[in-house]
Amino acid sequence: MTTTLVSDEITHNKTNDKVTDNTDKKAIDDMVNDQPDENAAPSDTQEQNASLNASTPSSAAIDSVTPIQLPNEQLLTMYRTMFLIRRTEEMLLELAESGQIGGAMHTAIGHEANAIGAAAALRKGDYLTGTYRGHHHAIAWGVDPGQAIAEVLGRAGGFAKGKGGSMHFYAPEHGVMGTNGIVGAQVPHAAGMALASKLRKDGHVAITFFGDGANYQGLMHETFNMAQKWKLPLIFYCENNRYSEMTPISRTSSVNELYLFVRGYGMKSVQIDGNDVETVYTAVSEAAERARAGEGPTYIEGITYRLAGHMANDLETYRTAEEVDMQRSHEPLVVLRNKLLARDVSQEQIDEIEASVEEEIRAAVEFAENSPWPALGEAYTDVYAL
Amino acid sequence: MRKTTYIQAINEAMKDEMRRDESVFLIGEDIGHYGGLFRVTRNLFDEFGAERVIDTPISEQGFMGMAVGAALVGMRPIVELMYMDFFLVCGDQIFNQAARYHYMSGGLLNVPLVIRGQQGGGKSYGSQHSVAVESVFAQYPGIKVVAPATPYDAKGLLISAIRDNNPVLFLEHKMLYFTRGEMPDATEEYTVPIGKADVKRQGKDLTIVTSSYCVLEALDAAEELAEEFGIDVEVVDLRTIVPLDMETVLESVQKTGHLLALHESQANCGIGAEIVARVYEEAPHLLKSPGRRLGMAPASVPVSKPLEMELLPWKKNIKAAVLDMMREYA
Ligand SMILES: Cc1ncc(C[n+]2csc(CCOP(=O)(O)OP(=O)(O)O)c2C)c(N)n1
Ligand SMILES: [Mg+2]
Repeated sequence: MTTTLVSDEITHNKTNDKVTDNTDKKAIDDMVNDQPDENAAPSDTQEQNASLNASTPSSAAIDSVTPIQLPNEQLLTMYRTMFLIRRTEEMLLELAESGQIGGAMHTAIGHEANAIGAAAALRKGDYLTGTYRGHHHAIAWGVDPGQAIAEVLGRAGGFAKGKGGSMHFYAPEHGVMGTNGIVGAQVPHAAGMALASKLRKDGHVAITFFGDGANYQGLMHETFNMAQKWKLPLIFYCENNRYSEMTPISRTSSVNELYLFVRGYGMKSVQIDGNDVETVYTAVSEAAERARAGEGPTYIEGITYRLAGHMANDLETYRTAEEVDMQRSHEPLVVLRNKLLARDVSQEQIDEIEASVEEEIRAAVEFAENSPWPALGEAYTDVYAL
Repeated sequence: MRKTTYIQAINEAMKDEMRRDESVFLIGEDIGHYGGLFRVTRNLFDEFGAERVIDTPISEQGFMGMAVGAALVGMRPIVELMYMDFFLVCGDQIFNQAARYHYMSGGLLNVPLVIRGQQGGGKSYGSQHSVAVESVFAQYPGIKVVAPATPYDAKGLLISAIRDNNPVLFLEHKMLYFTRGEMPDATEEYTVPIGKADVKRQGKDLTIVTSSYCVLEALDAAEELAEEFGIDVEVVDLRTIVPLDMETVLESVQKTGHLLALHESQANCGIGAEIVARVYEEAPHLLKSPGRRLGMAPASVPVSKPLEMELLPWKKNIKAAVLDMMREYA
């Protein structure tokens, strides 16, 4: 570990981490060009475990699950949703590039299987909370892409009339109880929902999504402890994309395998391939079953990878194009497409699905772009509930 | 009429509401078996059990966050903060989460949450267990703030707070806990509306607008000012800091023409400054002398009794401020 730290320090000094604060693109480019090699994929990650190492693709690790094989029909539906999420987010990136989206917008391109597998494993009435990187959860849980895009654009047609935006997604009718702009804040919320279900004995579970970086927030550990102590019907789902913003967590973490964190609290945990819907589906199903049976929470670490920047307009100086390319060989759409083709689904069927999604996306963007700005009076409403 | 302590009044409000509504539950440190450090939740554990009177680990962020989550799905949690000073430990959950959720969601979601506990100085608890927080909270729209001074108001306002569909900060005061006041029969149902001030002493010379324990100090000061100097002070008990009942304040100022806004949180940028400013904005012609504020002096709360009393805006300082105002302008 000492050597890692030392090499980390050296790498750190040579890298351009600090430039991410700098908005002068030219200066940043110069610095990047100065030191093209040591910069992006820090050598310190290389000897680390799968959990932290972005230079290996996602794969099932120890303490994982044996994936259930789902029927083709269901997989095709999942593929449609996955493609819908992907295209929605690609459109959002285009809109951001064209200057129509202000603030911070984070896409989950590459994360989709985590959301889709989990959504399929849970029931109506179950609760979800998530992060600012939450478009994929919301759409997988049933939020309409048109409304989602309108919301991100700040239009009246958004589900929150444009007041929430990209980091604050809500659809209580689908169990989407909120995505959050504060790293980790949504996690105790889900625990509170699980507590409510426990008190009401209504058989519902709550799932909360968070990133690898969130594990280092103190309130996470407070919540792990209480959830386990009170056997709450709760699923902690960590989408480990190996980066916390622009910093690989190998550089900041004293723990190599994130799913081991909660073992200290006596909580069951698994590490899985988060890019495979069947694996995610299986892990979440098993966790939900345990939760509903009163056996308490489960921590699932889904190994995944964010193919786009941390947020729109991320300069991505912290990783190489090779690293991203290598990850594309195991991204959720590729994994699922290959699976379908290997299970006698034809390329035509897949093409048809994609074509129908393109139609839907076109309509969604049109809806959003034609949606008016909210009336100015809306600025003052919804401060207090009646 | 019977008399109860302030603690008893709060305890009754929680008990009544828990009996009436299954979605009400309590969560906090030492509140179950022990009945709370100040014994405010005493006996509730016996009646409602560990599921509804939840003893937590020392995890303010975690349990405040859980209460927010439970509220989001329709429960009505009451969180006890052992000392209000600890609100900073879980500030994100209160301000960025509870207070903003309804707005951020475009009205889709509510957070019917009560955060209650005692605040304030006077008992030599020192800098980290004595702060008065009402002014800080007033900077965050989305949360209501109530700070009753009497057992009657405490019970009625706590019931209103529990039934409210917004996060409500319910401020008790360690100096109020063992004060006694008249109360209707335990079986008689009543509420005190949030956002309505109450004139606790009629007077014609000067208005003191205040809340929480400062009401008692102001009433004491008023008696002495009347006796010693013949100054007749009106004491307006806001009872609620957010939303402010400016109507009652303006009515009183119309009568007296002199305004002293008093509170235990910092004078600097405090709620008193807001009240004075609003009077200037809304009805400057009512003032015969410049409106003034009296709050906590810009220092932390010291343990040493004489130092603490020097800084707190209590009777001695209230009398001095009133005399100063009246000497110049009366
Ligand atoms: C409390 C807090 N600190 C810092 C930030 C800024 N921030 C936004 S995302 C992020 C990284 C989080 O990384 P991770 O949990 O791995 O999630 P990912 O973005 O990779 O999905 C940071 C530091 C924040 N939003 N909230
Ligand atoms: Mg991450």
